[in-house]
Amino acid sequence: MSGLVFESIVKKFGEFTAVHETSLTIPQGKFVCLLGPSGCGKTTLLRMIAGLEAATAGRILLDGDDVTRIPTHKRDFGMVFQNLALFPHLTVGENIAYPLRIRGVSKSDCLAAVKRLLDLVQLPDMAGRPVSKLSGGQKQRVAIARALALEPKLFLLDEPLSALDAKLRESMQIELKQLQQKLGITTIVVTHDQREAMTMADLVVVMSQGKVHQVAPPVEIYRKPKDAFVADFIGSTNLISGRISGSGKLAVPGGTLLADDLPATGDVTLSVRPENIRVTAGSGDNTPGCLAGEVSYIRDLGASIEMYLSVAGQQITAITTPSDRPDIAAGDAVSVHFPKDACVVLGDA
Amino acid sequence: MKIKPRTFSDYATIGFPAGMLMVFFVIPFGIMIAVSFFQRVQGAFYEPAFVFDNYARFLTSFFGGILGFSIGLAALVAVVSVLLAFPFTYILTRMTRRTQVVWLVFLLSVLSLSEVLIGFGWSTLLSRTAGISNLLVALGVLDKPMSLSPSFGAVMTGMVYQTFPYTVLVLFPALSRLDPSLVEVARTLGSGPVRSFLNVVVPALRNSIVSTLIMVFVFALGCYLLPQLLGKPSHWTLSVLITDQAIYQSNMPFAAAMAVFLVLVSLSLVAISLLYGKKENAA
Ligand SMILES: Nc1ncnc2c1ncn2[C@@H]1O[C@H](COP(=O)(O)OP(=O)(O)O)[C@@H](O)[C@H]1O
Ligand SMILES: [Mg+2]
Repeated sequence: MSGLVFESIVKKFGEFTAVHETSLTIPQGKFVCLLGPSGCGKTTLLRMIAGLEAATAGRILLDGDDVTRIPTHKRDFGMVFQNLALFPHLTVGENIAYPLRIRGVSKSDCLAAVKRLLDLVQLPDMAGRPVSKLSGGQKQRVAIARALALEPKLFLLDEPLSALDAKLRESMQIELKQLQQKLGITTIVVTHDQREAMTMADLVVVMSQGKVHQVAPPVEIYRKPKDAFVADFIGSTNLISGRISGSGKLAVPGGTLLADDLPATGDVTLSVRPENIRVTAGSGDNTPGCLAGEVSYIRDLGASIEMYLSVAGQQITAITTPSDRPDIAAGDAVSVHFPKDACVVLGDA
Repeated sequence: MKIKPRTFSDYATIGFPAGMLMVFFVIPFGIMIAVSFFQRVQGAFYEPAFVFDNYARFLTSFFGGILGFSIGLAALVAVVSVLLAFPFTYILTRMTRRTQVVWLVFLLSVLSLSEVLIGFGWSTLLSRTAGISNLLVALGVLDKPMSLSPSFGAVMTGMVYQTFPYTVLVLFPALSRLDPSLVEVARTLGSGPVRSFLNVVVPALRNSIVSTLIMVFVFALGCYLLPQLLGKPSHWTLSVLITDQAIYQSNMPFAAAMAVFLVLVSLSLVAISLLYGKKENAA
């Protein structure tokens, strides 16, 4: 099968398990983001793909071939390091040509390749510059060009944009995505920035504490988070716990909520995004899916309005737009509506 | 903000080291320079004068040849030491903290051995009766034990043994500061371990290597016991001759002239190494 497959991969450093048993499939040609808080094992996972860390157990397959034991320098994967790691003693052109030169590619072919790659990363005519004279964004592009020089099967990047300022980062995200689409190369990017992952990825792998929580396209990660960690890490959410009280019904403090895909019995937690909660003035009829609450305070940010509500002692946040703003103020009694399709049942983390 | 020193007491803190430097370095060196222009009195010691005889004698082919040999030997020792110590130190910096400490303590203790001990140690090890040639015979490499000392090889061995720990300690900080991702990125780009070392580690530390070479060179230039203990008279260096002139021939002015010359050579090389170091920091 084509693509990158992890089969029960485990990585331990001594007693410490950096990556717990993970099985994962990354289809050919996709842009994948490994997303998670700092220290969750993203870099370790990426380094295992590159062969810079040996897996403690399990196998890594590329297009059906076991690459677990192949040494790094025979894998031919392009990798961009977090600190870029440009060779300080070489010029821009020599840096990019390095993988070609050591393979005995002729000087004129190297020059042509360098020119093509510099055009690709939009740094034409920079080949002769020493790397120490480049700006952060330019170094970034040179590191990308060098990693792509071999036309690798896999393009790996470890927090490639973290050193750039916010504005440049956003434009580089879009550029990187366009570059990947143009080349059609399977790309794996490590990031701890969920906006960055949402912007670039076809597929997001959400991790925490050495475990993969969910693998899905960005929109699905947002709309259908699998567990409380994912729901909370991606955007903001309201977590509401309750007990099944009938088919499709959940008894929560203050009333009953409706949701799809509820188990038959037991305790469950729901995730409801703030923008899906509707608030109306006046204490409601207390039908299923609607709870009575009180406004704690309202934050009007112009483009959006955040309403902080107290519902049966629990803090609930709702967001609305100016055109839908209900006529309420702090201290008012309100009805809080939780649409059935916005209530996502979470699994165990 | 930097505060400029104003009063005399602001300068007092550097008074002590400055005084020590005066008493133990500047004044003796000044005396030596003065003596190098004095005139030797046959059968006595020397008398004040201002002659260039001592420097002129130095320019004869005999002393010129010895100067050439001394510089060549020191250069060879420096190159061999760095060639051995650089890969060794690189591997050492990749070891665990514990291993590094054990090795560094071991090297420091070798460093604490005096030249005399090293000289006699090696002359025993290289001798016919008790030396390593007996081991080679036991292993079947040699037919019968042979004496490996005195010889040029013995001088080289002793001097490299003496300078090796020094070289490792000088290279260690630069190599442990080297960004490990440089080597890793070279590996992802397709170079094996040896090629990554030669293509990335060595050039990235080019300036450290040059300044270490110069420092070891200067260090080796000052060696005066090992060439005597492990070499034939033809392997004697300028430092040996200085000792010989000063102590056995009682020709202080000539010894002083040679010493001044040697110090000037050393100082100019140290200056070059400092210039190199500055450039590396600026880059
Ligand atoms: N070489 C190593 N030796 C010991 N522990 C390590 C090593 N590399 C990483 N770790 C540990 O593994 C965990 C995951 O690290 P990493 O993959 O770098 O996280 P991330 O990239 O997600 O921030 C961290 O707790 C880190 O301290
Ligand atoms: Mg990391």
